Amino acid sequence: MATVFSQYAWLVPAFPLAAFAVLTAMGRQQNRTGGWIATIASLASFVVALLILIERMSGNADDYNGSFDWLRVGGTQLTAGYEVTNLTSLMMAIVTFVSLLVNLYSIGYMKGDDRAAVFFAYVSLFVSSMLGLTLSDNLLIMYVCWELVGVCSFLLIGFWFQKPEARAAAKKAFIVTRIGDLGLLIAILLLFWYMPGHALDFSSLHNVFGTQSGLISTSLTTLIALLIFLGAAGKSGQFPLHVWLPDAMEGPTPISALIHAATMVAAGVFLVVRTFDIFAAAPAAMDTVAIVGAFTAIFAATIGLAQNDIKRVLAFSTVSQLGYMMLALGVGSTTAAMFHLFTHAFFKALLFLAAGSVIHAVHTQDIREMGGLGRRMKTTAWTFGIGALALSGIPPLSGFWSKDAILGAALDDRPWLFVVGAVAAFFTALYMARLFLLVFAGKPRGSAEAYAHAKESPAVMTVPLVVLAVLAVAAGFVMTPFQDWLGPWLSGGGEKEDANGVAIVVSIVVSLLGIGLGWLIYGGRGAVRPDVVSSRLPWLARLLERKYYVDELYDLLFVKSLGRLGQGLRFFDEVVVDGAVRLAGSAVSALGRANTRLQNGQVQTYGLVAIIAAVILVLAIAGRRFW
Amino acid sequence: MSMLASYLTLAAVLFCIGLYGVLTKRNAVVVLLSIELMLNAVNLNLIAFSRYGIAPSLKGQVFALFSMTVAAAEAAVGIAVLIALYRNRATVNVDEFDELRR
Repeated sequence: MATVFSQYAWLVPAFPLAAFAVLTAMGRQQNRTGGWIATIASLASFVVALLILIERMSGNADDYNGSFDWLRVGGTQLTAGYEVTNLTSLMMAIVTFVSLLVNLYSIGYMKGDDRAAVFFAYVSLFVSSMLGLTLSDNLLIMYVCWELVGVCSFLLIGFWFQKPEARAAAKKAFIVTRIGDLGLLIAILLLFWYMPGHALDFSSLHNVFGTQSGLISTSLTTLIALLIFLGAAGKSGQFPLHVWLPDAMEGPTPISALIHAATMVAAGVFLVVRTFDIFAAAPAAMDTVAIVGAFTAIFAATIGLAQNDIKRVLAFSTVSQLGYMMLALGVGSTTAAMFHLFTHAFFKALLFLAAGSVIHAVHTQDIREMGGLGRRMKTTAWTFGIGALALSGIPPLSGFWSKDAILGAALDDRPWLFVVGAVAAFFTALYMARLFLLVFAGKPRGSAEAYAHAKESPAVMTVPLVVLAVLAVAAGFVMTPFQDWLGPWLSGGGEKEDANGVAIVVSIVVSLLGIGLGWLIYGGRGAVRPDVVSSRLPWLARLLERKYYVDELYDLLFVKSLGRLGQGLRFFDEVVVDGAVRLAGSAVSALGRANTRLQNGQVQTYGLVAIIAAVILVLAIAGRRFW
Repeated sequence: MSMLASYLTLAAVLFCIGLYGVLTKRNAVVVLLSIELMLNAVNLNLIAFSRYGIAPSLKGQVFALFSMTVAAAEAAVGIAVLIALYRNRATVNVDEFDELRR
């Protein structure tokens, strides 16, 4: 099969980049049309990405690699290029699709914002760099795009920089992900150092780590894998670097959808999938990934139970779901991880956009002030419900299949991780039920005026919701235990996900249990009082509400101590360094001031000085005779 | 030789008085007068050497005449400058002429 469209894969990131350039050049005059420019660019990208995906699905197309020499430093040659494989084509399709819908939705959401053009420019750059990251055929280019993604997330989270919280959140996101980025950078440097021929492209990595194992020692491989995982954990919000992701809610809601579904957090998972050969060669690193993933999954799910901000609940659910993906990678199933990434992209984008629609209608993010909105916003409620059910893992929605694939893989590999995952799935179902029931069901708890004004969002916002809802239902059928199409396609055949009856049954049961418990507590029947836990174990509720005090701990451990170090350095700078500089300066100017006293403009003084000097000179010359 | 020494001593005394006047007097006219005193001390030296020097000749007296001529011209220029200064600044106090400072 000829690779017709794959050759043009470079167009996919090029369109949003062009949109970024145009929007940046045009400036704020484009506030009205900017959204359409960005949307059209992402539509073009989506079309190309879709054509590539179809081309790759329709036959055993070869991987296409277009690369060129970028730099030659001494004897070392660096190449830049793009690579189209089944994995990248799937990822590109997800990213372009979600970004298309987010752009479309943002036209409605950002209407009237006087920096709308800037917003769409940032979004375009964000999408472009994410696509570049997806397409790149070596780690170096990937790292460049990786950093671009980080910068864009910083810009977009801090988009409403008038709010101090948004500024703080943007800085936090940037700094926390920097910690991970540093790990990735060191990993790339180590690879550059130890790889034969300094090759950093993925096919060489595959050869070295996958087939000729032993070329690089196991301990070094483990170190590199762990450093890469540190980078992935930073971007994908894994414990202990998850703290930035919930705060990133300060950005505009479409950005939350974009970050959580397609661009930012998916980058970490994608990175691990791309460099999976390194992980596979390092069992200790695999264990770390699995344990961190499982821990993050349950850790974030429990926090999600006690949050009151609609977007924060969704943010912690993203952290939790990313934990699932990492868990899947840790137990060796890249297919399950990518599958969950695929389905999660749809239903999480759906949930965020629906949440944005709710926020747009009631102008609050606090779920305690919502309630009963289902009657006012039918489309939003229905689509949100579908997303919530998909996330909770109710068959036959997409989330069920992907979560089941992960749990099945975990059960095969390490049963105790399966237990952790199942418990986390229970909490997931519980907090989603709580969220849905508190927002859409029951009686309005906020002000009556806000409720009266709450109305369905415009079509430009609801159409993406409906499209995403359809996909959230249907996306799971590409890989069910009965008909596994995605797995062989993605991993190049061979790997077959076993249908695991235990996993399926347990997965369904815990989801239903979670939803059932949620219904009992928040369904309005009063079967179980909502404060059943907080009244008996107030410390537990408080612990969850404050997110296990991780932020406070970091504040105490790092922020305060680093701040103090900074103050010390600043003191040193101001007193010692500046003091020395000021001393030099003031010494010179004092000398100058002393000299200006001689330069008084009185000719008689000059004459006197000259004569005194002449006398001294004469005395000195004459005096020499007598020595 | 003792004649030469006494002439030279007188000239040195005159020169020092003139120098003192130039350096200390605040009135510009007195400063000019002191300069004349210094010039005349030099003239006295020239004449003393032309009469009692190692090779006496008229050259020294000729130089003295030249020097007096130049001194007269200098005095004229100096007084003219002083008048111009006085018209501009209404003072002949040399302490106040400190434009060089700027």
